[in-house]
Amino acid sequence: MKALSSDRPRIAVHKFSSCDGCQLAFLNLGEELLQLSQRVEIRHFLEAGLDHPDDPVDIAFVEGSLSTAEEYERIHRIRASCTLLISIGACATAGGLQALRNLDNAHDEWRDAIYASPEFIHTLKQAQPISSAVRVDFELWGCPINSRQLLGAINALLFGVPPFDERDKLCLECKRQQLVCVMVTQQKPCLGPVTRTGCGALCPSFGRDCYGCYGPADNPNTHSLSQRFAGFGLLPDAIAHRFLLINSGAGEFQRAGLLARSSQDPAAAPLTPEEPEHE
Amino acid sequence: MSERRRIQIDVPALTRVEGEGALHLVIEQERIERLQLSIFEPPRYFEKFLEGREYHEVPDIVARICGICPVAYQMSAVQALEQAFGLTVSPWVERMRRLFYCGEWLQSHALHIHLLALPDFLGYDSVIGMAADHPDVVQRGLRLQALGNDLIRLFGGRSVHPVGACVGGFHRAPPVEQVRALHLRLAAACAEAAELTRWCATLTVPQQQQAFISVALHHAREYPLHRGTLVSSSGLSIAAQQWEQHFSEQHAPHSTALWALLEGQPYLVGPLARLNLNYDQLPAPILHNLHSTGIVFPSGNMFHSLLARAVEIELALHEALQITAAYELPQASRLEVRPRAGIGYGMTEAPRGLLWHRYETDRDGRILSARIVPPTSQNQARIEEDLHRSLQQFGLAHPDDAIRRHCEQVIRNYDPCISCATHFLRLQLERRP
Repeated sequence: MKALSSDRPRIAVHKFSSCDGCQLAFLNLGEELLQLSQRVEIRHFLEAGLDHPDDPVDIAFVEGSLSTAEEYERIHRIRASCTLLISIGACATAGGLQALRNLDNAHDEWRDAIYASPEFIHTLKQAQPISSAVRVDFELWGCPINSRQLLGAINALLFGVPPFDERDKLCLECKRQQLVCVMVTQQKPCLGPVTRTGCGALCPSFGRDCYGCYGPADNPNTHSLSQRFAGFGLLPDAIAHRFLLINSGAGEFQRAGLLARSSQDPAAAPLTPEEPEHE
Repeated sequence: MSERRRIQIDVPALTRVEGEGALHLVIEQERIERLQLSIFEPPRYFEKFLEGREYHEVPDIVARICGICPVAYQMSAVQALEQAFGLTVSPWVERMRRLFYCGEWLQSHALHIHLLALPDFLGYDSVIGMAADHPDVVQRGLRLQALGNDLIRLFGGRSVHPVGACVGGFHRAPPVEQVRALHLRLAAACAEAAELTRWCATLTVPQQQQAFISVALHHAREYPLHRGTLVSSSGLSIAAQQWEQHFSEQHAPHSTALWALLEGQPYLVGPLARLNLNYDQLPAPILHNLHSTGIVFPSGNMFHSLLARAVEIELALHEALQITAAYELPQASRLEVRPRAGIGYGMTEAPRGLLWHRYETDRDGRILSARIVPPTSQNQARIEEDLHRSLQQFGLAHPDDAIRRHCEQVIRNYDPCISCATHFLRLQLERRP
């Protein structure tokens, strides 16, 4: 990873197709946002009022997925004017919820059903992660990412070291918090055994099953988990829905979801799952 | 300016909104020839993802429409699905939904006032520059924002895409000690919120009166957040299931958001519309504080939206304080759900206005169809109408930069949540002789 050029690096926050929720990891920092602005120079961040999209920066944080031709042009300009590019959140890192449309190749049909004048809509058929177009130096997973992840990454870079890439499974965090396992005790179809930690095991702490918003962990055993879900009585379609939700574009989840779906209706599985995004 | 002057400006214009759009303005012979607010929101097709999903997946999916108002999406959705299933939730769940929603109003309004709108009024690009000169004002705002976020966390673990809400109630009842601790912080913030209202009333705003239709929920016993009848200043009074008979959505060529009209007319939703229609529902101390500012509601001045947000921050704190004071653990935090085939409607007051949902389910509770009408698409026609009138009153002879700044400020009054994915907002200003 390249070193930053100065003691007070310049950063930019860019938005693509998204809900704006990951940018809130900055805007919800409270007084720490003001302290952060002492440590780094925020050059571009439209929602905060800073509008210099083409200024060269040390770190560009990118939220959202790519879904128009204009967005592809813009991400190339951003890549060319930054030293490090960090994708923030599920949309930028794996395509997000809107990548569900990639699976069925149903974009045109959906567009025509919603819009009275579909000829005015210029979106591409697929919603893709940032890494489909340009090199991404570091990924922050989560839907949404939180301020702790964000500050952790910035602090590491200020110290000149790569950010720590948390790939452990959610189960480890859940055990550390001494939460009662919702899968063992209540037969809930929890994705904790295959999902990256980082959220703080929120869903199990609320007595519900993890729904995978931090994406796949290292070496996820989705096959065994799918079998376990089937043992709880989940039909193939319901198992597919577990994997194909927030991070349906992430390789391991996509494969597991499509496999479950195809076991229900073999004719419905002609799709070739994509390779996982590069690391 | 010379008679031959023809100017075209193309600058990224609207910062400090949630999401991005564009404004195209053509001025010819000192007249507005063309004015279009465009929203280039690449559609994300939420209504289509929802089809075939099970009812219990809906709150997690619709939250992702908006990172700033996920609670509103969850609350409209769960109420619509409960109606479809013929389920009436417990009084405890009703109270907690109101409390949860207070957190969202608090954080969203505090964020909008301080990070998005105030820099206009005080002459800064961003809150960061403003904080150096007005540290007390900014810190007060950030404290209120944080308190709102913590209130959402109480029920949802995190303030963006919280995980606690479900059809039938909440996955977990907040522990008593956490509610008590938050109650004390809410109590301590009330005086600051009252100060904020008085301070916002002292800001110099353009004196522009316009006639427009206000649309908001109304409830006989409370200021509307999560429930009520839909009323308008033109005499409408309807239930959620009657929405489609009075409102229509159109699709304009320059926008990817659908435009909603009431009986063919533009209308306003959001804090100013709510306050205009419900100011006599305000608790006495808040009404008294508002009277002390000398500003009278209902108001036809869109620049009073900022003040309306401050008043609603007070209201949210007041409500949250009352609900947390009487908090007790329930027997059950959620009711058992028995899905059935049906159609259900839900409407609540998102921070930036009415949010209406409709779902049709099959007998297992799977979604057959979904329709969602967010506040910003309802305000879009009104924003264009406002820009026309407001620019005429402001005067078209001003320099381009002043015109651009005025337009931005008008648009920000609506706190547009173009969010849900958009592109640039550029102002294209052409002047023709």
